Amino acid sequence: MILGRVAGEVVTTIAHPFYRGRTLLLVERTDPSFTPTGGYLIAVDAVGAGLGQHVLVLDEGNGARQVFASPDAPVRSVVVGIVDHANVHR
Amino acid sequence: MLLGRVIGTVVPAVVYEGLKGWPLLLVQPLDAGGLSAGRTLVAADATRMAGPGDLVTYEGGREAALALEPNFVPVDHAIVGLVDHLHWPRAEVSP
Repeated sequence: MILGRVAGEVVTTIAHPFYRGRTLLLVERTDPSFTPTGGYLIAVDAVGAGLGQHVLVLDEGNGARQVFASPDAPVRSVVVGIVDHANVHR
Repeated sequence: MLLGRVIGTVVPAVVYEGLKGWPLLLVQPLDAGGLSAGRTLVAADATRMAGPGDLVTYEGGREAALALEPNFVPVDHAIVGLVDHLHWPRAEVSP
């Protein structure tokens, strides 16, 4: 899974049937201190995350399809957690 | 999924069985600033509604194949949505 910050929202009215009615969040990838690292991805929201929140994103298809109990869904990225904070010990 | 801009169409003369009838579009990927980045790719349009100039969401790999019917056709990128509204304060991009 990866850490990110919800930087926006995407609305696709015309879409593959799986995506209809689902909330798509634009998540910027960050390091554990939530500094953006340059990448982004669009993920389906499964936890009710909102703009500006730090989130945990599952970026693997089989796990994502399991979340939605939908074995044929063309989905790979899902917001599966809202992060309070992360500690790095070194 | 990532964001891309449709910049053209591909008209195939011959395609493998499962790809017959699927529109093939040229997609320019966008980066985290909303700017064009990386190589243009050819994606099958699972919505059958996208066209040049449209901002789209696309999926790659196995998920791209799952977007088409029948599943597991030989495709590595597929358009799965047409963006009609985008709220992304940090980036300069609009549908």
